[in-house]
Amino acid sequence: MERKKEIKQPLLEIRDLFASTENLTILKGVNIKINPGEIHAIMGRNGCGKSTLSKIIAGHPSYEITSGQIELCGKDIEPLEPEERAQSGIFLGFQYPIEIPGVSNLEFLRVATNARRKFQKKEELDTFEFEELVKEKLDIVKMDSAFLSRSINQGFSGGEKKRNEILQMALLEPKIAILDETDSGLDIDALRIVASGIKKIANKNSGIILITHYQRLLDEIKPDFVHVMADGKIIKTGDSNLALELEKNGYDWTDEFINKK
Amino acid sequence: MVNENLVDNIVSEPYKYGFVTEIESEKISKGINEDIVRLISSKKNEPEYLLNFRLNAFKKWKELQEPDWADLGYEKIDYQDIIYYSAPKQKDKIKSLDEVDPKLLETFDKLGIPLTEQKRLTNVAVDAVFDSVSIATTFKEQLAEHGVIFCSISEAIKDHSDLIEKYLGSVIPASDNYFAALNSAVFSDGSFVYIPKNVTCPMDLSSYFRINSGDSGQFERTLIIAEEGSSVSYLEGCTAPMFDTNTLHAAVVELIALDDASIKYSTVQNWYAGNEQGVGGIFNFVTKRGKCIGKRSKISWSQVETGSAITWKYPSCILIGEESIGEFYSVALTNNLQQADTGTKMIHIGAKTKSTIVSKGISAGQSSNSYRGLVKIGSQAKGARNYSQCDSMLIGDKAAANTFPYIQSQQPNSEVEHEASTCRISEDQLFYLQSRGIEFEEAVSMMVSGFCRDVFNQLPMEFAAEADKLLSLKLEGSVG
Repeated sequence: MERKKEIKQPLLEIRDLFASTENLTILKGVNIKINPGEIHAIMGRNGCGKSTLSKIIAGHPSYEITSGQIELCGKDIEPLEPEERAQSGIFLGFQYPIEIPGVSNLEFLRVATNARRKFQKKEELDTFEFEELVKEKLDIVKMDSAFLSRSINQGFSGGEKKRNEILQMALLEPKIAILDETDSGLDIDALRIVASGIKKIANKNSGIILITHYQRLLDEIKPDFVHVMADGKIIKTGDSNLALELEKNGYDWTDEFINKK
Repeated sequence: MVNENLVDNIVSEPYKYGFVTEIESEKISKGINEDIVRLISSKKNEPEYLLNFRLNAFKKWKELQEPDWADLGYEKIDYQDIIYYSAPKQKDKIKSLDEVDPKLLETFDKLGIPLTEQKRLTNVAVDAVFDSVSIATTFKEQLAEHGVIFCSISEAIKDHSDLIEKYLGSVIPASDNYFAALNSAVFSDGSFVYIPKNVTCPMDLSSYFRINSGDSGQFERTLIIAEEGSSVSYLEGCTAPMFDTNTLHAAVVELIALDDASIKYSTVQNWYAGNEQGVGGIFNFVTKRGKCIGKRSKISWSQVETGSAITWKYPSCILIGEESIGEFYSVALTNNLQQADTGTKMIHIGAKTKSTIVSKGISAGQSSNSYRGLVKIGSQAKGARNYSQCDSMLIGDKAAANTFPYIQSQQPNSEVEHEASTCRISEDQLFYLQSRGIEFEEAVSMMVSGFCRDVFNQLPMEFAAEADKLLSLKLEGSVG
């Protein structure tokens, strides 16, 4: 009998991705491959395309893929709506989580969790079952249950908003989580809470992309790969030492990649 | 962009109640004049005092001008092109529901208002009005045991003329405005409620208004009287078939609350709104007003306005009794080419009177939605207080929202507070919800119900659920 050869399929593979918004090309050939269990960091100056990349993966309607592919577990996600991408396991932790007045955080979390569970063919949770689950997850980000009865992100401090994002990540159990500057605007205690939450959620079956400017998040969560982005491309990839180098030398050297080609 | 394409692809939910019942009707000839007014009165075998009430109103109507101050644009209504009386043909005297034309019962069944003994709602008494007449009123006998009178206004005119004579037109006199005068002259039917002293009405009362005929107007008249220490919750629903012509609906609702009485009046208005091009739909010109005559009395209006091509409606409270309370909770949703100019008037006359106004306007498509409200504090209204909150939500970039608050105070020792806000459902908010796996349409309806929560909380429970559903149906395909 022929033994089936195990092919390790990447969770997320981005190939030669070009994307634009309002006729402005922002991504100019991005390549990344993320395998199960890996943590990647993407670093770079403001405006290098890091946030755009995260929004494009999540399916933001303002951006258009002009060429290249994004595959989740070997499946092209371009035709999928943002909600379908989320249901299939893509999670974007926003840099600026938006406030949605009037919509209860608890209800929102439940609807979102059930949408993901439905996709995974798991049973949907009723309000009581969900409250059990959410209470358990609240511990991960040290949030008080009072947050649940408030409107989504409304009146939350910067740190509370970011913790709420990680709470969502914990509930949705994504295959791939892209965390866009989750460390920005956090004091050192909040940063530790958020980082330890991410570490608790990380597992060998899922991948994480950390988008950040700073080393301090990476001190808490050690990445397997560090990518440096400039002018819509990844210009250098290395291990966690690359981040330390950046911390020491800054980004000036990346400028030579801009507008050259 | 992705969302816009998606929206284009969503087929709007057709209006569920747009069917016509094939039934033989007795209609009088088109147009209005003194003879028509007399004819309507004689068809209903009315006593003389009511004929005089009508004739007097007709005289006033001829002197009045159609109001044009509202932020509404529509083709001039030809009042001679309307049929003022249309009734399904039935046996002369119906003793029980068994004698009602099955087609009529079927119609109300289809609308979700079953009337027959076996099927009817157990916790709500219903007065079903079809075109110009009341078809049936359920639970009459059971209510009578508590002394509660719940019947069609035509019946009340015959059987309770003392109350009618005393109160009809006492809150909204025929000369009040053009549409009220017209209604007073030609009103055909409607509901009458009387709650005796110290009685809490044992169940919710409701009227369901159905316009079936395309060329006749509907002019119903409702009168609710709550005696000292009594209370009642009243619900009103309305639907109409889809016609490509406009049908005029000019109702008058009068509420009277004596000492310590309380009346809660809730409406879900879902008249046919016309199609996406703005063809057809009901012209809804309604005068609703309550008088808090008694001390510590309370009148609370809550409305969910989703239908009609044109809505012109300002349910109001006249707060006469000391410490009386007026409330107005409103959600008005307009889509496509609908226009709504709606709000309230809170007239504070007595001392320590209190009023609360919470208005939520949602405009989608190319619609226009205005809040217009007056808070008036009279010179005797020492210690009066008002709080108003008017929020508008815009969906898409072609819709319009306006707020016209008028505040007049003649009493320095009073408090008037007004808050207003406008928001737009932003692409980023939608994207946030979508990026958590929530479908686009559900995301919109979550945000809309969130926006309306303060008002929905005021509605009776079944009504609130219905209103929530109704809003999401109405909004399908409206966001881009």
